[in-house]
Amino acid sequence: MFWSVVLLISCVKLLLIPAYRSTDFEVHRNWLAVTHSLPIKKWYTEETSEWTLDYPPLFAWFEYFLSLIAQFFDPKMLIVTNLNYASPETVLFQRLSVIFADLMFAYGTKECCKYVANSGLRKSSRWNCRWSSPSAMLQLLLLGNAGLLIVDHIHFQYNGFLYGIQLLSIAKILQGSYVSGAFWFAILLNLKHIYAYVAPAYFVYLLRNYCFPQAPSNASLKDLHSHFSMKRFTELASTVLGVFIVSFGPFLVMNEIGNVLNRLFPFKRGLSHAYWAPNFWALYNTADKFVSLTAHQYNLLKRSTGASMTGGLVQEFEHTLLPSISPRTTFLLTLVSITPALMKLWFSPGNPLHFVRCLVLCACGSFMFGWHVHEKAILMIIIPLTVLAVVWRREAQIYLLLSTVGHYSLFPLLFTSFELPIKVLLLLTHAVYAFLNLSHLFALGKPASTWTLPLLNRVESVYLVGLLPLFLFEHVLHPYLGLNKRLPFLPLMMTSGYCAVGVLYCFLQYYWHFMQMSGSNHKRKTH
Amino acid sequence: MSSPTSVDSFRGAAALTLLGLLVLRWAVALHPYSGEKKPPMYGDYEAQRHWMEVTHNLPVEEWYFNTTDNDLMYWGLDYPPLTAYHSKLCGFVASFIDKSFVALKTSRGFESYEHKLFMRWTVILSDLLVLIPSVWLYFAKNLRSADDTSLVWIFLVLSHPGLLLIDHGHFQYNGVSIGFTIAATAALLRKRTLLGSVLFVLALSFKQMSLYYALPFFFYLLGTSLEGGIVRGLPKVATLGMVVLATFSIVWLPFVSQLSQLQQVFCRLFPIARGVFEDKVSNVWCAINIVIKLKNMFSNEEMAAVCLLSTLIAVLPSCLDLVFRPHRNKFVYGLINSSLAFFLFSFQVHEKSILLAAIPVSLIVPSDPFMSMWFTAISSFSMLPLLWKDGLLIPTLALSLFHIVATTLMVNVLQSPIQRPQKASDQNLSNVWWWAAFFASMTGCVVLTILSVFVKPPNKLPDLFPLLMSVYSCLHFVIFLLYFNYKQMSVNGVSLQSSSESKKQK
Repeated sequence: MFWSVVLLISCVKLLLIPAYRSTDFEVHRNWLAVTHSLPIKKWYTEETSEWTLDYPPLFAWFEYFLSLIAQFFDPKMLIVTNLNYASPETVLFQRLSVIFADLMFAYGTKECCKYVANSGLRKSSRWNCRWSSPSAMLQLLLLGNAGLLIVDHIHFQYNGFLYGIQLLSIAKILQGSYVSGAFWFAILLNLKHIYAYVAPAYFVYLLRNYCFPQAPSNASLKDLHSHFSMKRFTELASTVLGVFIVSFGPFLVMNEIGNVLNRLFPFKRGLSHAYWAPNFWALYNTADKFVSLTAHQYNLLKRSTGASMTGGLVQEFEHTLLPSISPRTTFLLTLVSITPALMKLWFSPGNPLHFVRCLVLCACGSFMFGWHVHEKAILMIIIPLTVLAVVWRREAQIYLLLSTVGHYSLFPLLFTSFELPIKVLLLLTHAVYAFLNLSHLFALGKPASTWTLPLLNRVESVYLVGLLPLFLFEHVLHPYLGLNKRLPFLPLMMTSGYCAVGVLYCFLQYYWHFMQMSGSNHKRKTH
Repeated sequence: MSSPTSVDSFRGAAALTLLGLLVLRWAVALHPYSGEKKPPMYGDYEAQRHWMEVTHNLPVEEWYFNTTDNDLMYWGLDYPPLTAYHSKLCGFVASFIDKSFVALKTSRGFESYEHKLFMRWTVILSDLLVLIPSVWLYFAKNLRSADDTSLVWIFLVLSHPGLLLIDHGHFQYNGVSIGFTIAATAALLRKRTLLGSVLFVLALSFKQMSLYYALPFFFYLLGTSLEGGIVRGLPKVATLGMVVLATFSIVWLPFVSQLSQLQQVFCRLFPIARGVFEDKVSNVWCAINIVIKLKNMFSNEEMAAVCLLSTLIAVLPSCLDLVFRPHRNKFVYGLINSSLAFFLFSFQVHEKSILLAAIPVSLIVPSDPFMSMWFTAISSFSMLPLLWKDGLLIPTLALSLFHIVATTLMVNVLQSPIQRPQKASDQNLSNVWWWAAFFASMTGCVVLTILSVFVKPPNKLPDLFPLLMSVYSCLHFVIFLLYFNYKQMSVNGVSLQSSSESKKQK
């Protein structure tokens, strides 16, 4: 059944081949060309195209291997100077490469499902149902994730492949093979360094559970010392270092490492991406706007700052009244936000689900407070959370809220008319499936009232349903009132503001939930 | 069964089914349509747009006539009035969005991003209004008891690759006439004969191709009416006749007043002059034509007569069976046998006409999922040359694979012992030999597809692969015709047997 579902969803992905594609398509075409036609030494210095290679070396190698196949489709796409080249063969090849790379996602999903099915985490009368067992749900929720379909198969990126590796590393750690979990995560880091945000969770969990194998959970630092296993530590460290050496080693030898690092960590970009990701800074920016507008109204502001609702146009966003934010502040805030969770993880060893929870919270913290966060990073929270959503009721609630809001916040990525119905339908399909099945799994009684969504309380339900008026405002009322001329970025701002509230709420709720949980592993029966 | 949670979850499942169907439709809608950027004649997309232009701007009397404003040589209207009304409605809406969509004469070959979006919306809305409710009604007998299995059948019928590709890709409104036919079938099977006949008249008035179904409708209605004896049956037949005539005259009202109008419409609908088949069709004449050049042997009129005769012979067994031994389980088989016979033997057949047989075949998926799946795959394959020309090769392959996997997956899940045991367990599905035959047949399709994509045909025979594909499909269709005739004939026996068995058990 598993591979049948993979096949079905791949067929839908095939249908999306002619859909709109963003500049990321050209980004990846350029990387194919760069890695194919230039020597390794020049990969990170080449700048014919503005879309320079800014992923770690293993991803460059991934593009290189793709380019070996690409030459049979259309060799012209591999010429560096052939900017914006998109022959039908090129499109076909690139789209197919995403679809096939997604097999990694399917594999990671399968490993997670295997763990959920065999762990006995949750006793349920439904385990033998092929459609409605928790692992079957997990599989469909992950494979049919609307956000991934939107970002990878319409917008164009290779996230499915990367999340597949992340899921695989999670599954390995859940299954207790720590070294191979660490290995896969090291690979992932060398494919896309954004995952460094969740590395603290890996580090803390692996160190505590693998390198201090016998230590009791309340051990003091002194006691811990006596439990330290040097052998295991060396094993873990050499695995991770080995991957990094294979990846960065050649550039070190060629003395190119400076260029690589410059490309990987550009701090020249602004606090917020063009479209504000629905995080803390979106609320901060909005607040700044309101404050400055009000100030303007009462002539409190001396100079006319011209900070109109240009939202997305300005990359480097200057705050008018509230203090401007430096990268260091965001870094510090992120660190502060994840520290309690990491401490909790350290002090509750032997619970792999806590590792996943902490992973989710790390992703949340960096999404909330990080520097130049992309809206797509919401998937870093949603995808690991899916694993927990089919096991615990509370996490299912958070998942329902967060996945719907999070996927909605991806809508501005696709702004063309043909993709409008598709993105709405994909989101609705995923959301209806999730609500239907998770409520089936967890909702024991009737919903609180007929006006609430399953598993959610009234406020959360009203909030989610509020997305509909927001959508209608953006697509009907806003152009109808002619506001699209005067305030073109108002809908974008409203979307990111509205979604930021929901994401922040989920973050706080989930944080509270995690800190409240006891350290040990529960088993509970639903039915 | 009727607890609020199960009703809620059924509603959710129904919503999910609908959403899935819409996702597939919009995904296909992204693809090119027939004749995209191919002047001077373009394709069916332009034909439909042109009809909107003509019906929106010209008075009804001119629609079917060659006038200064209406050049019949350029995609002249050759579908019955209901299509024309539908075009008028669409044209009316189009004129609100952008006048240049349907401006008289100047809009010829009009193509734009917004226009494509508009056209795709019209098909999807037509599906939502006619086809989807009809299929829903057809399987609705289980809906009240909140049974998820009917949703599975609804999904499988409505995700038929051929229908999706022709309507939402290539561009036509087959869903409307097929939808009316399915609604009519649903009504007939529930003994709402009058409603059924009205709906079928609507189908006929939308697309004359629905005539492929006329014989089974006629004979089934006759057979069921006369079941209680001729004396009691005749008034029923008379009422039916009156209702049919009345519906026809209402729908055709602007055209029945004048004989010249009616004559002209019929000339447009049935153009004998066009020849026995277009392009490469998977029917018998096209296959025979390889060996014997039919066009040299017969004139068009003679050929039409030969076609008529052979078609009648091919549908005769099925029709006689319907009229003398009518049974509700036979009716859909009757539709299949008649439409398939028409496709294989009649005059002026188009590749797309296989849809007329393929949709009734998909309706029998609950009782015969295996054959239904097989036929669906072959019918989509038979249209591959046409769809390829439209740039729809990949969606064709993707949707065909989707449908095969979805059918086997869903039927397997329904039949798994943990779920409710299915009443009509399919014997074909568990037969290894059938599966072997199926895979052999699919391998043939795959090989032919690969050959036609990657191998250049010899210069002397540029149409080699399309021709091979048609012959290959035609062979399947002939065997399917025999199989479905056999199934139809064996319905009565089986049902009698099972009913007598159940009596014995009581």
